[in-house]
Amino acid sequence: MEERRKKALKDILNMISESEEIELTDVIIDADELTISFVPPQAPQMPGYFKLSLEPLTGAGKVEFLVEASPYGVRLLSIPTAPTPEKPKIVELIKVKFEFPTLPFTGKIAEVTIGATKSEGGTRSHTIKIGGSASMPFFLFAETPPNPMAASLDVFDMPAAPRPVKDVYGDAINDPAEWARVAVQKFGANLISFHLISTDPGIKDTPVSEAVKAVENVLQAVKVPLIIGGSGNPEKDTKLFTKLAEVTSGERVVFNSVTLDMDIEKTVKPIKEHGHDLIALAFIDINQAKDLCRKSMEAGLPKNRLILDPTTGALGYGIEYSFSIMERIRLSALLGEEVLQVPMCSASSNAWAAREARSKDPALGPRKIRGPLWEASTAIIALLAGTDLFMMLHPKAMHTVRMFAEALRKARKPLSEIRYENWVSSKF
Amino acid sequence: MPKRLNPLHVYRFLPQTNCGKCGEKSCMAFASRLIEREVPVEKCTPLFEDPKYAKKREELLKLIRPPVKEVKFGVPPNEIKIGGKDVVYRHEWTWRFQTPIMIDLHDEMSEDELKKRIDFVNNFAYIRIGKELRLDGIAIRCVSGVPEKFAKIVSKVMEMTDKPFIICSYDPNILEEALIVARDRKPLIYAVNEKNWKEVANLSVKYNCPVVISAPGNPEMLKSLVKTLKDGFNIDDIVLDPGTYANASIIDTISLFSALRYAAIEGEDEFLGYPLLGVPAVVWLDKEKSAEEKAYLESILASSLMARYADLLIMHSIDVWSILPVIIWRDCVYTDPRVPPSVKPGLYEIGKPDEKSPLLVTGNFALTYYLVKDDVEKAKLNAWLIVIDTEGTSVQSAVAGKKFTSDKIAEAIEEYKLVEKVKHKTVILPGYAARLSGELEDMLKDWRVFVGPRDSSDIKKFIDKVWIPEVFGSKSE
Repeated sequence: MEERRKKALKDILNMISESEEIELTDVIIDADELTISFVPPQAPQMPGYFKLSLEPLTGAGKVEFLVEASPYGVRLLSIPTAPTPEKPKIVELIKVKFEFPTLPFTGKIAEVTIGATKSEGGTRSHTIKIGGSASMPFFLFAETPPNPMAASLDVFDMPAAPRPVKDVYGDAINDPAEWARVAVQKFGANLISFHLISTDPGIKDTPVSEAVKAVENVLQAVKVPLIIGGSGNPEKDTKLFTKLAEVTSGERVVFNSVTLDMDIEKTVKPIKEHGHDLIALAFIDINQAKDLCRKSMEAGLPKNRLILDPTTGALGYGIEYSFSIMERIRLSALLGEEVLQVPMCSASSNAWAAREARSKDPALGPRKIRGPLWEASTAIIALLAGTDLFMMLHPKAMHTVRMFAEALRKARKPLSEIRYENWVSSKF
Repeated sequence: MPKRLNPLHVYRFLPQTNCGKCGEKSCMAFASRLIEREVPVEKCTPLFEDPKYAKKREELLKLIRPPVKEVKFGVPPNEIKIGGKDVVYRHEWTWRFQTPIMIDLHDEMSEDELKKRIDFVNNFAYIRIGKELRLDGIAIRCVSGVPEKFAKIVSKVMEMTDKPFIICSYDPNILEEALIVARDRKPLIYAVNEKNWKEVANLSVKYNCPVVISAPGNPEMLKSLVKTLKDGFNIDDIVLDPGTYANASIIDTISLFSALRYAAIEGEDEFLGYPLLGVPAVVWLDKEKSAEEKAYLESILASSLMARYADLLIMHSIDVWSILPVIIWRDCVYTDPRVPPSVKPGLYEIGKPDEKSPLLVTGNFALTYYLVKDDVEKAKLNAWLIVIDTEGTSVQSAVAGKKFTSDKIAEAIEEYKLVEKVKHKTVILPGYAARLSGELEDMLKDWRVFVGPRDSSDIKKFIDKVWIPEVFGSKSE
């Protein structure tokens, strides 16, 4: 008897040593101690594993262990607790309805047209319309906004730009008209924001007459609509805009910008008379924004010629304040605050003030992609908060905003009709 | 708008013994902080340990449950908490529980690739305003379809990192094989779907791990699955995957996430009141775009979903430049909007400045101040630093907004008696305030005004160039 048992055990052990995997069922092992010996795999970094299932005869349920075996030893990878019974309590899916939320909005953002074609009294090849939403951005279940957002490319009247931007424009950066031409022809800009930064008394104090010439050159060089930015100096800008509004009469230029410390009435008058648009620049403050919009409207500028810039801080340098102020402004407008029912704009090029955008530190990755991504990220955050118009420096960043605009232009299909690829088991 | 609780309501369900174990003087004080979400309820240990408070605890937990549930996975000290949102818009209160960023890997990657990805997650750190920004964990995908192979990779990941992880497969057998290995680390299970819900829901119960419900593009199915898991299996630790779509459908994804969050908070829909999972990694399914382009678009998608209600993200890129904007945006958007990010205006001493040390000026935006301070310290300079009240805005916008002016600088120099503190009578302006230099020179008469660099990391270079001992006096004098 003893001999037969030993032989049977020997046969089993032989079987085990010859096979990769064995399963023993209906075997009762009556023992105080069970020893399993095996030859560990050769490569120490790839330990072997086997699953050990034990099922007590009491019917209390199977318990499983994963055993890891390497030349260094053996360990149990999981200590089971008492298994829970696997009895599904229900067999049918409980179906419930989903309805998209209804929103309390009553207000609507004004539509502003930028640029004028020949038939409209200007010389531009096309116009751009922004605004018109009656809901929060990308609440597409409530509405598809009538006009997608627009993005311009920046041109300065002096060769000032961060390295990655200089690299894409090359020598063109030394001549504003050429810079604008490259922006349109090579990089597909459909709107140019021309900033007369050198007119700042603190920089070069370029006289108004020279600025006029520079603007005329850009208007000649490109046929896209134009945003014209001043110096940031309140007195100088009123003078500058007055003259420029006259020489660009009929072109429906956007002047950038009027601020609370300017003589608002005096600044608005020529802009209104010559049929232009105006950006009102407030500094991350909703009350200031309201005050400025109200004053500009009181000075005679209709709602459909005004754009509000609540100030965009760079990503990492105050963007969250811009984000929340923009959301508050847009919500307030949609809930009925009339003076705020104007499109919003963002100088997303401010992103380049961020150290992370400009740093030469190779550990942060290549500047030529990190810089535009920083600008694009800053813009997209402003876009999600409701911005309609973007002034941008790097062509790649501008095209990222345009990608969102293009998506809005496409006919909407419900997501359930779009194929959802299985990312879980795809190799990438 | 957020529903605010009254401390009296909360107080009713506390032990009312003023035992002080939570660190507050009284149960009422604890109640006030609890409704402000300033302390976790678990701090009231008697409530959780003494069986006689069991009923009160149940009631209290129900009362203070935010419209988007708090869900935990992983184990302390690396446990991750997600969700817990009270408001749609952060300005209404604040968003809690920063969205964790999980980096994916799968069971057919080479040893080297696995190691590279896990090391990246373990070691990534970016210091910002004295804070370390880090990645949160790993999402392990089953590509092989072989349960044992998947379990092997899961145990390998467990050895290589203490960070929490998600196990990803729609196959219950594969998930179970991994759960046998990983249950003690309490992974998040991805995912229950229309087909496998019975089996995977059972796994969630059996192994006591939270579970993702996935119903891409189908909010009705998503909601039905939640109700089924809640009512049929008593599962409440749920994360929702509404589907993340790339390319032109990015905007539809944003719209769907917004609708779900709006329904949960404003619509008080209890079946949608769970954290949302976004998967920017889907960008990598694209076969045509270059790796750089995909990392770029993934970053944009991740930042978008960070702003639009994702409470958990799975990303693929391990390029620092692609992660950086997302992780910094997260740190920004999760700050408390009620706290101005400013430091007190005044005269600060960096190191041990004396009469020959440079005098710098900056604004009181917290980030600006800490950057300047860090850079001056790193350069091992002793310096005086005047911090002007710019109402917590950066120098660049404060100059434009007339909050950083020559008047204010001249006043500060007078007020802090700098004529007595420095002999060189030289003040260094930030580069972004260059246009103030002329005006300031006129105001300060016999002072010199230097325009320093725009970025404070260039301060050392600047000082080395201009701070000549012959002009400013050397130590040996």
